[in-house]
Amino acid sequence: MNVVRNAALVALTCIMFAGNPGHAQEMSIAWLKVAEDLPPTLSNLDPVPDNLGAAGAETALADNATTGRFMGQDWSLQTFTVALGDDPSDTARQALAKTRFVIVDAPADALLSIADLPEAQGAVLMNAGSEDATLRAEACRANVLHTLPSVAMRTDALAQLLVKKKWDDLVMIAGGHARDQAFAASVEASFAKFGLTLAGRKEWRFDADMRRNAAQEVPLFTQDFGRYDALIVADEYHDFGRYVLYNTWEPRPIVGSEGLTAEAWGKAVEQWGAAQLQSRFFDEHARSMEPRDYAAWAAMRALGEAVTRTKSNDPAVLLDYMLGDDFELAGFKGRPLTFRTWNGQLRQPIPLLHPRALVANAPLEGFLHQRTELDTLGLDAPESACTAFN
Amino acid sequence: MLRHTALALILSVSPAFADEIWVSNEKDDTISVIDIETMEVVRTIDVGERPRGITFSQDYSVLYVCASDSDTVQVIDPETGEVLHELPSGEDPEQFVLHPDDRHLYIANEDDAITTVVDTQTRKVVAQIDVGIEPEGMAVSPDGEIAITTSETTNMAHWIDTKTQELFANTLVDSRPRHAEFVREGSELWVSAEIGGTITVFDRETQAEKAKINFEVEGVHPDRVQPVGFELTEGDTHAFVALGPANHVAVVNAETYEVEDYILVGRRVWHMDFNADRSLLFTTNGVSGDVTVIDVAKREPLKSIKVGRYPRGAAFRPTN
Repeated sequence: MNVVRNAALVALTCIMFAGNPGHAQEMSIAWLKVAEDLPPTLSNLDPVPDNLGAAGAETALADNATTGRFMGQDWSLQTFTVALGDDPSDTARQALAKTRFVIVDAPADALLSIADLPEAQGAVLMNAGSEDATLRAEACRANVLHTLPSVAMRTDALAQLLVKKKWDDLVMIAGGHARDQAFAASVEASFAKFGLTLAGRKEWRFDADMRRNAAQEVPLFTQDFGRYDALIVADEYHDFGRYVLYNTWEPRPIVGSEGLTAEAWGKAVEQWGAAQLQSRFFDEHARSMEPRDYAAWAAMRALGEAVTRTKSNDPAVLLDYMLGDDFELAGFKGRPLTFRTWNGQLRQPIPLLHPRALVANAPLEGFLHQRTELDTLGLDAPESACTAFN
Repeated sequence: MLRHTALALILSVSPAFADEIWVSNEKDDTISVIDIETMEVVRTIDVGERPRGITFSQDYSVLYVCASDSDTVQVIDPETGEVLHELPSGEDPEQFVLHPDDRHLYIANEDDAITTVVDTQTRKVVAQIDVGIEPEGMAVSPDGEIAITTSETTNMAHWIDTKTQELFANTLVDSRPRHAEFVREGSELWVSAEIGGTITVFDRETQAEKAKINFEVEGVHPDRVQPVGFELTEGDTHAFVALGPANHVAVVNAETYEVEDYILVGRRVWHMDFNADRSLLFTTNGVSGDVTVIDVAKREPLKSIKVGRYPRGAAFRPTN
């Protein structure tokens, strides 16, 4: 579902401003989407938007173009899509022939195959679609920066909240998809990092339609967890988790993929001027901004900031600047965002949200770090096996 | 007999009310009026939605209020608290500045990337000027020749020629500029950058960067030291700079550009204004919902005054 089936070039968006001097600096950016095989879900309440991610890149393009108007830059965005099952290499080559700056929304394996193309050497790829932790560790690439938080950053944020709340008797239900299992594994790693223990874990293996059966099945399924403080649900496609809420045997909070979540962005983020970005995005796309939209927005804006400050459109200059001390992105998260020099991950606060409000903003007070508290989230230099940036 | 007359004369004069500080409460849609003598809120006035920037006319006969979510600038009678009329402001007016001609308001339209110029007498829009994304900080030179808009996401100060209402320069500053002021009889322009953590000082004549002011609060991570609003003391010798979530106000020597002191105030300090002789400073603290009163000479906080939710703008009103 929600897979764009047309291959190759879908759209050409170009924002130009009249009245500029003839020697405008060209900044052409590609949005490259590799279709992901999304499993069916029990509920149709929350369809995945067709323009997920791309919408964020478009909003940021308009931001960059406005600045560019004063700086003598012409910003443009071209969209490339790879259909489900197709080899991304050909489309990626087309994109890389047009520009050296590509924002990629692709699963980890596809991203790596693109990053390793001869044509991609010396280019700047911005990962706005995969939160796979290995991309920030042993599988990192020197031509790839990451604006989407890694799954480790999300689960570390969650663990900090659990520690803070002293909810330390914890159990988990994990779905069967690879992303569910990766999230669950990351939760366990974060618990080890922050000294929490998981008292019980069960795998969700129901194939009944939970809209009719949740009330009967979930109490029984959760009964043998015994007493606990909070239940973690690992259900990254939002398949069954919504039916666990208010149906557990024990009256306890649900966190993880449902209930209280830790994401790059969400509708309830409104502090630090975020309301402006939210309303700009809503006006342009008639829906609220999701985490992957935010990652694509941040990727485009990071490039914009680098071009504005360096007045260059040379990929080596821009990559160097983004990884350097002078770079900072105002990302509506209350503090400047910067890139980690050891793996190219964008440092950022992670909001802890329920659907109608912000609960807390990680890093939480009291979690200290010698460099910046933001590095308590995700892979710190000693933990990352990435060597590409050395 | 003479003494008697004198006494009668004194009695006939209306009682001397204390001067006031007016504070806009962004999330309460109200203005709190603080009596400077008693340091208490003596009036709360209902205004439009999401009031942010506030300023008085030169004779203090009317108050202008940016009612951001009502998409209007309200003109209020400070005696009665009644809305006299509204001005066309463009969408989402956030901050504004009154031109020295006491007639034209330069308004930042945050959602529209526009600066709107409104004639407060004819109540008509005189000009709309395209600026960067999320315009906010507004300033005008004392001679009235130059107006400034700073844009938060474009990270620029836009220089407007008030004769032509056109941009004549755009200068980059650090991330998320919030507030601008002309200093030293208009020879310098200062612009604060919230995320950049700096104030950039520009030379007015050349629009070239002249200095950069940095801040460092002990025990607060540099990321959290976020300069926003600032005001200058008598004679422009020192600037008092609100540092947002660092919960401090910095005292900057305006000659050397060095920070001399940090004063602890309430949470997420935004903007401020002085009393008549500039011996007291009143800061709005957004998160703690209060106003800190600072003794300017001693550089010490004197008192916190509870106001409404998310106090933002502050404006002094003399009553004598």
